[in-house]
Amino acid sequence: MITLGRKPHNYLNANYSPWSWLFSTDHKRVAILYLISITLFFFVGGATAVLFRLELMTPRGDLVISETYNKLFTMHGIIMVFFFLIPSIPAVLGNFLIPMMIGARDLAFPKLNLLSWYIYSIGGVFTIAALVSGGVDTGWTFYTPYSSTYSNTAVMTAALGIFITGFSSILTGLNFMVTTHTMRAPGMHWFRLPLFVWSNYATSLIMILGTPVLAISLLLVAVERFFRMGIFDPKLGGDPLLFQHLFWFYSHPAVYIMILPGMGVISEVITCFARKRVFGYEFIAFSSLAIAVLGFLVWGHHMFVSGQSMYAGMVFSFISMLVAVPSAIKVFNWTATLYKGSITLQTPMLYALGFIGLFTMGGLTGVFLATLAVDVQVHDTYFVVAHFHYIMVGGMVMAYLGGIHFWWPKMTGRLYPEWWGRVSAAMIFFGFNLTFYPQFILGYLGMPRRYHTYPEEFQVLNVMSSAGASLLGVGYLIPLGYLLWSLRYGRAAGDNPWRAKGLEWTTTSPPPTENFHVTPVVTEEAYAYSAEESEAEYQRQVEEFARGEETLEESRREL
Amino acid sequence: MEHEFQLFPEQASSYAAKLDWLYYSLVGVAVFFTFLICVLILTFAIKYRRGSRASRGNPSNGNLKLEFTWALIPFVIMMISFGWGTRLFMEINRPPADAIDMYVVAKQWMWKCQNQNGKGEINELHVPVETPIRVTLISEDVIHSFFVPAFRVKQDVLPGRYTSIWFRPTKPGTYHLFCAEYCGTSHAAMRGKIVVMERHEYAAWLEREGTTPASVQGRLLFERFKCGDCHGGDASDDGPMLSGLFRRTETMRDGERLEPDLGYVRQSILEPQARVVAGYQPVMPAFQLSEEQIFQLVAYLETLSAQTLKSNTLPEELSR
Amino acid sequence: MTTSDSLYLAHHFDDREQQREAMTLGMWVFLVTEIMFFGGMFLAYAVYRWRFPEGFAEGSKHLDMILGTVNTGLLLVSSFTVALAVHAAQSSRGKAVAWLFGITILFGLAFLGIKGYEYWHKFHEHLVPGPHFRLLDPHNPQVDSRQVEIFLSLYFAMTGLHAIHMMIGIGVFVVMIVLAWRGRFSSEHYAPVEVVGLYWHFVDIVWVFLYPLLYLI
Repeated sequence: MITLGRKPHNYLNANYSPWSWLFSTDHKRVAILYLISITLFFFVGGATAVLFRLELMTPRGDLVISETYNKLFTMHGIIMVFFFLIPSIPAVLGNFLIPMMIGARDLAFPKLNLLSWYIYSIGGVFTIAALVSGGVDTGWTFYTPYSSTYSNTAVMTAALGIFITGFSSILTGLNFMVTTHTMRAPGMHWFRLPLFVWSNYATSLIMILGTPVLAISLLLVAVERFFRMGIFDPKLGGDPLLFQHLFWFYSHPAVYIMILPGMGVISEVITCFARKRVFGYEFIAFSSLAIAVLGFLVWGHHMFVSGQSMYAGMVFSFISMLVAVPSAIKVFNWTATLYKGSITLQTPMLYALGFIGLFTMGGLTGVFLATLAVDVQVHDTYFVVAHFHYIMVGGMVMAYLGGIHFWWPKMTGRLYPEWWGRVSAAMIFFGFNLTFYPQFILGYLGMPRRYHTYPEEFQVLNVMSSAGASLLGVGYLIPLGYLLWSLRYGRAAGDNPWRAKGLEWTTTSPPPTENFHVTPVVTEEAYAYSAEESEAEYQRQVEEFARGEETLEESRREL
Repeated sequence: MEHEFQLFPEQASSYAAKLDWLYYSLVGVAVFFTFLICVLILTFAIKYRRGSRASRGNPSNGNLKLEFTWALIPFVIMMISFGWGTRLFMEINRPPADAIDMYVVAKQWMWKCQNQNGKGEINELHVPVETPIRVTLISEDVIHSFFVPAFRVKQDVLPGRYTSIWFRPTKPGTYHLFCAEYCGTSHAAMRGKIVVMERHEYAAWLEREGTTPASVQGRLLFERFKCGDCHGGDASDDGPMLSGLFRRTETMRDGERLEPDLGYVRQSILEPQARVVAGYQPVMPAFQLSEEQIFQLVAYLETLSAQTLKSNTLPEELSR
Repeated sequence: MTTSDSLYLAHHFDDREQQREAMTLGMWVFLVTEIMFFGGMFLAYAVYRWRFPEGFAEGSKHLDMILGTVNTGLLLVSSFTVALAVHAAQSSRGKAVAWLFGITILFGLAFLGIKGYEYWHKFHEHLVPGPHFRLLDPHNPQVDSRQVEIFLSLYFAMTGLHAIHMMIGIGVFVVMIVLAWRGRFSSEHYAPVEVVGLYWHFVDIVWVFLYPLLYLI
């Protein structure tokens, strides 16, 4: 980062001491703190996945014993859900971009923002402590009464870690919500907001309303374990299904925390690389809110075979079906945005297009799960595993990586190497499909999830899946390598290498601490791109290039 | 159980083929839309690549008709899927009246299966082909899930509460029984077999393995615990008559009306004070019976006709 | 922007109005999450009360209604002093704010003291859920003691959570007293006092729900 000092004044070179980072209330620096910590967690969570995918190469369970296997998939789930996916786009990209996108100097509560990173880190320390002190084997869902009475692993420590981290996402959500309401620059009215802000607003809604319920249910599990109370254990008079209701009341909306911000990134990237206004702005914006609201009414679809009443199942099935409508609206609108565009396929765009395809598959397989009778067969099988990985990894992680590549020049002032970017994007896409597509088939065949050993006839598909996982693993390591490399050796990006619209691109790269040298005034709608202008400019460039060639030729001849 | 590679699960119950129709229709819908989106993306990405000569005049930023169209089409498909799936779901939730009862107790990490008119088995359940079977499930510890992929049925097994499932096997053979709800260390080892036999083979098997039927064992328990002393049916008895219990509606002391079922009987044995029938004093002591013993008792109670117990005659089909 | 305008105005806000709006909205949003937080407990309470009405009635009889009522009174009065403090801040009377917050803290501590005494008493009567739980002299001899245990579990969880919120509130009041004493608040700048007041009223309202649900069945 030494060479970044060329620019006279930006958030990175404002102060180099470690304290200036650890106590910085600058939203951009907090975003970088989050970036570093979630990357760490991503690779820890990924390593556990690699281990149990290796284990599943053979049906017999000969690499690790079942206790270890159970702890591995539990840790994978806890780390990836609570410490990577939920904070990924909101806490890194959202933190960095939301104030800049709306023309503010910082979030409404900068100290609270820094505090939320500390809370996140403390929660992370507890969770890692649970991992080191013997692990947890309840699955990330902590179903009672197994978690509250029967498991003798570090459930308390892990639950406490998640409980604490929950407050960090509450504070982030609160901050985003207040910021979006009160800090918009003059002229930035609601329907000029970039869709990324809309989707993060919808996400904040879920964080604020859902996270406390999860916190309280985990607290009750911990209390029950500690005092041997009987809230969830039927032997003590309690009801195990109550936990499932409380847990999914948060955790189903939380699934939308893990996809909505990704949708926001896609809207930004697609418009920029298609040089088009987004198609159906209001529909995309309101479909985010619709998904957030509907998300609170569908938790029971995780419980179709749990013993809840048949009629409850019907209601939850019906409402779950409705979620398909706003999701479909988004996919069709993004596709329509490409129409008559001026399209280039740089790395962020590859990720975005990959996202649309994989999200479509993830969404459509969600319909299977919302359909009562089909869910009976595929519930708690690999079909479910494949489905939510298509949404969370195929969707959210693709969007996250696309977003990181897209805004990398803004965050660091450097360009990543384009060729490597495209190679790794392709690798991740193919590796991902090879890993998770076979799991759909496995699921309908009936292989239950969380199985350490399995009948032999499932081996071929499992080997395919494990092979894909290794490809995926390499695919994720490549960006880690070249992005770090680019910090020092990457080409200087200039303020706006993509010639993108949006307030964050109007300031210098990396931005100054106060974001804007002058408070911006917004006079146009979001995404004021024009494909025709882009084409005309391209023609000019081609002609100039040709003229340059000619003059070169002439000068050569003259010589 | 076949060990070769397969892509589609076997259809071994009357319900399996029905569900597969729905499933493969949904696969069709999913494939169609995935291809549609992919083809559109690729077409646009090629046709409108920068520098291509395609016309870009009059770009549109929205179209209300289009928006409603692509909101409506998914909605209609969803409603069809909802209706179809719900109809099948109701079917598997409503066992036919002539179903044979089987009882299964799950515990970490095994299935204890009780054939109504035969022996108890561990991790195996033998059933006759072309016969509707209703399995009543309960767990001794954590939540498990009874899952037979070849029959396309699954039901969580809860501690302290009964759930049930039914199927009509159509093909003799051996099928996987999986625990599908994560239940701890040896979850993956909690696997069993459902053995579907031709009816005559099944009868022969019952004969061969023939131990005491559940209802007879239940009767022995009934006598051992002297249930009949209070529940015999005399007006002077301390408790309500048990014969014909499952055909009546009872009024509780707090005014609640209920049709006694398995769950009520279980509760009345383990916590007799919880719901007492109107007109009786809460004087019954609690009995610590195992889940299997409760199943046996209930099997016996079900065989009782309206006759009084005092006559002490065994129902005919049991007195062999 | 004049100097007096920029006094206590954080760098990232354009004007004081925006800052006040952000703080107030922030507190309201926070209170919404708090409602959801307590909501999970109230849901658990509702489910079990519906299922075990006798156990809950029995458990409630083991709570000291007089102490509960006194505590309700203490909290209501403290809410009043907080409202007065906000009013004092609006009329730039910093010392009055400090005094009123001081009185509020006294009421809060009295509440916690009584609560602590109740807990201690329960501990002696073996009414704390867990292995040492005994229902020694039930009013209704037929009641299942496990149901009473669930009631008391919820009692401890709910009032405990509420007490933690009060302690946080008292901590914040201490900071506010120091700031108020130093004259940080005025009719121009009273948003922090207002926001803390909102929080305290919320804690009070939660108790107003807890009191009848736990003590007055």
